[in-house]
Amino acid sequence: MEMALPGDPAQEGGGVSARPIYRFNGGVHPPEHKLESSGTPVVPGPLPAQLVLPLRQSIGNAAKPLVAVGERVLKGQSIAAADGSVSAALHAPTSGTVTAIEDRLVAHPSGLAETCIVIDSDGRDEWEARTRFDWRAAHDAGDGRAIRDYLRDMGVVGLGGAVFPSHLKLAGRDALDTLIINGAECEPYITCDDRLMRERAADLVAGIRIVRQLLNAREVLIGIEDNKPEAAAALRAAIDGADIEVAVVPTLYPSGGAKQLIKLLTNIEVPSGVRSTDLGVQCFNVATVYTIYRALEHAEPVISRIVTLTGNVARPGNVEALIGTPLSDLMAFAGEQTGTREHIYGGPMMGFALPGLTAGLTKAGNCIIATTPAAFPDKGREMPCIRCGECASACPAELQPMDLYWFSRSREFGRAQERNLFDCIECGACAYVCPSSIQLVDYYRFAKSEIWAAEASKKAADKARERHEFKQFREEREKREKAERLAARQAAAAKPATTADAAAAADDAEAKAAKIKAAMARAAERKAAGETGDTQATDAMDAEKRAKIAAAMEKAAARKAHLESLQGGEAPVAEAMDKAKAEKIRAAMEAAAQRKAARDAAKADTPAQAGEADAASTAMDDAKAAKIRAAMEAAAQRKAHRESLQAAVPVAEAAPAASALDPEKAERIRAAMQKRDEEKARLAAMSPEERAALDAERQARIDAAKARAAAKKESEQ
Amino acid sequence: MITSPFLTKPTPLQLVMTKVLLALLPGIAVYVYVFGAGILIQLLLATLTALGVEAACLKLRNFPIKPFITDGSAIVTAWLLALSLPPLAPWWMIVLATAIAIGLAKHLYGGLGQNTFNPAMVGFAVMMVSFPAQMSRWAAPQAELGAAGQLAFIFTGHLAVPFDAIASATPLDTVKTTILQHGGIGELFAAPLFHAGQLGAGWLPSMMGWIALAYLAGGLWLYASKIIPWQTPVAFIASLAALSGVLHLVDPARFTSPLFHLFSGAAMLGAFFIITDPVSGPTTPRGRLIYGALIGVLVYVIRVFGGYPDGVAFAVLIMNLAAPFIDQYTQPKVFGRKGKAA
Ligand code: SF4
Ligand code: SF4
Repeated sequence: MEMALPGDPAQEGGGVSARPIYRFNGGVHPPEHKLESSGTPVVPGPLPAQLVLPLRQSIGNAAKPLVAVGERVLKGQSIAAADGSVSAALHAPTSGTVTAIEDRLVAHPSGLAETCIVIDSDGRDEWEARTRFDWRAAHDAGDGRAIRDYLRDMGVVGLGGAVFPSHLKLAGRDALDTLIINGAECEPYITCDDRLMRERAADLVAGIRIVRQLLNAREVLIGIEDNKPEAAAALRAAIDGADIEVAVVPTLYPSGGAKQLIKLLTNIEVPSGVRSTDLGVQCFNVATVYTIYRALEHAEPVISRIVTLTGNVARPGNVEALIGTPLSDLMAFAGEQTGTREHIYGGPMMGFALPGLTAGLTKAGNCIIATTPAAFPDKGREMPCIRCGECASACPAELQPMDLYWFSRSREFGRAQERNLFDCIECGACAYVCPSSIQLVDYYRFAKSEIWAAEASKKAADKARERHEFKQFREEREKREKAERLAARQAAAAKPATTADAAAAADDAEAKAAKIKAAMARAAERKAAGETGDTQATDAMDAEKRAKIAAAMEKAAARKAHLESLQGGEAPVAEAMDKAKAEKIRAAMEAAAQRKAARDAAKADTPAQAGEADAASTAMDDAKAAKIRAAMEAAAQRKAHRESLQAAVPVAEAAPAASALDPEKAERIRAAMQKRDEEKARLAAMSPEERAALDAERQARIDAAKARAAAKKESEQ
Repeated sequence: MITSPFLTKPTPLQLVMTKVLLALLPGIAVYVYVFGAGILIQLLLATLTALGVEAACLKLRNFPIKPFITDGSAIVTAWLLALSLPPLAPWWMIVLATAIAIGLAKHLYGGLGQNTFNPAMVGFAVMMVSFPAQMSRWAAPQAELGAAGQLAFIFTGHLAVPFDAIASATPLDTVKTTILQHGGIGELFAAPLFHAGQLGAGWLPSMMGWIALAYLAGGLWLYASKIIPWQTPVAFIASLAALSGVLHLVDPARFTSPLFHLFSGAAMLGAFFIITDPVSGPTTPRGRLIYGALIGVLVYVIRVFGGYPDGVAFAVLIMNLAAPFIDQYTQPKVFGRKGKAA
């Protein structure tokens, strides 16, 4: 029903800039509910008695703890380090004592517990001594890597909700055409970015200029929805120059989606699977830019964020709260009233219902809404799809949501994929307009999770098959080798008796050589097995991976239970369904708990193996180990040869030497495998853009390693 | 389990259906003016039958009755049928037609949202094939027959006057028979049937044209309320007008004008209320254009060259079959993939 062609410039109202604003398909206008919380300035949040800091604060790997229980920490002290490149550090938001590092409930739809560092605050809020990082010098020296590492170690991640580690987005090699600063904040209820732009425009603009410099961007645009004129005005006043342009876009959900905003401002459509930098655009959320500024200019790690507290509270507004603040403290701070049904973490369109308020605030937490049945009435009963196409008219990804719904529902996942299921950004616009009140996004989450699960199990099956084939191959070869050995021995026995001694010696020598060969072959096999999938490590990894996927898909799992109950009977009677639903959810939860137990077991296994490895081989680097191994093998061969010449006594040393090598080697292989699998799991969980960023990082690492090797070689010569 | 989005737009199915019914009201009002109160009885009969059959089917299929019977979709089907059948058809016809529409075409196919064919058109087509005589017995516009007389006639089949005295073929019927008999329409349009009554407006093909005009108004309102898309009706009207226009220009003595075609029979009712049925039509924007246009072509072909005076029902049913294929081949390009070759 959209009469205007996509791509038609639609002039915005109230915008001063002459920049054409393009359109994206669809979009919806949910009631904004921003005025409740946007009228008052940001206030500092409470200093809670205890902070609960989940180690997982970003996409990618959870941070690795650097502190021990009982340790005193200072405000701003790094308490967990980034684990790998797709990760970010975590810092103590206040001074106090680490009282636990344990699994606690976290703000995640699954309701699962994850490892958190718990800090009892001492009330002194005492800063750690900080030194400013001279990023300009680093930048001038062309050392972008140092700046990126610094930001990673300051825990800077995307605060718009996606919590993608920001340093990865700064890794561009070429100059950027357009840097887009996302201040659209299109989700209803949320006003934290609005307040930030209004109150801290100068710092924000300073941050934008830093990012621009880091990315070498030609053009900088700040995209703001036209329902935030004060923010736009504040930024325009703060910019005081022509280098940054404030572009006002019409209020239309989801204009704050990175792809939608890019389309609005540049008319570039970033296809799924393509990173926007390749098209010359990069997008940063305003709050993220602000933290980049605080980190680079004030040496402040990300230990707090502005969060909107709204809904059924006496004092709705924005609070600058410490990361880790228990959400219950925040709601109490805002004066939560009775009658709250549940709490939404994030916005009402894409957020999720919190499993509990004991969880600590995370860097992703931009908003908490206390809902009441009055403000969030029960969604109507899910009726059949009447193919009215409203969802398609609303879909910003230009999908046909009703077809995806049909395919997901009938488990035709292949067809759903054909129809670009994975282009769906889960914005919820379709479900919002659906007259049949179908929870479309849940079906997509369900379908996606099923597809992921199927892919994971297919991979596992492939591995198992390869293992099996290799086993067959090995058995055959062993048989052949045995036969050859036998033949050799018979040939030796057939030799004249006069040279019996020599023959015996030769026989022995041959046997030994064969043994060595066999040992080497075993090692090679193991290595090969390692490549196709080392049994133990793979199993452990599979369990872990499965658990990870399970955790990520918990929401979908619970929903799946619901779906299945729906599919079971075409239209179950409401009460019966609720019961069944509750049952299924409970079952799903139990399954999740079991999976988690499995994961923990897997985790417990890993250190044990590592311990063995430690015992077997002291830390030696690869090259050294290889040299030693080669030397030992050569020695063993020499020894065998010598001994065979001496034609004497049992010499079983060559074999033990080789087999002693084996556990060590196997361990190394296993470790490498594990690392690789972890990497893979992480990659799988990553968006293409992130993956590309990671690839770039990896390439850089490889190059560096090559350079190092070359240098070493040179020096050795 | 409540998951995002937590907000929904308050346009539930019920409201959609209610608006469709509201949009039919102007047409019904004019209908009553033209043909008398008999249509109200037919509407009532159809509604009651539809609700009864719907409830029975829901019960048999073990569905909760209340949410489904209140969605209004059965009533829409019932009204469309009542408005398509002759206003003075005997009571059992509308009851039978509605029962077939709801029981057979809707629930046997899986109920709301699952039916391949437009239920009302299935009901109509079955009646047309089974009872062609009764289906073409229309009373003349503004026949001297009071509400009580109409009521009695619908239920008992008895009339104070012989039916032939008040009977009249529809304009489409007349044109068809005239052409069959005389090979051309000649002076046909001088006949009183083709006058738009005392209301003037000489361009309207008949009194029934006024009803069509009222449907058009209701349909425009539906579009304005974003209940129906523009593609299907526009494509339908355009193709019907274009085809009839071209042939009318070629041979006006044999082929009636576009206005005649648009404002006769079920064309307008079809354009906005029948072919816009989302369940049995395609969903893609381009698909809707194709679908509407092809129905327009079929309607014309059936009317002019086929065996039935009006072709809306059959054209719709034929195109219902094609809808999934149309969807299949008109998938729009998704965000970010438009540059690539198809
Ligand atoms: S909006 Fe709902 S009812 Fe309409 S086509 Fe989409 S899924 Fe079906
Ligand atoms: S949730 Fe997915 S399918 Fe629905 S409107 Fe958003 S992008 Fe389109």
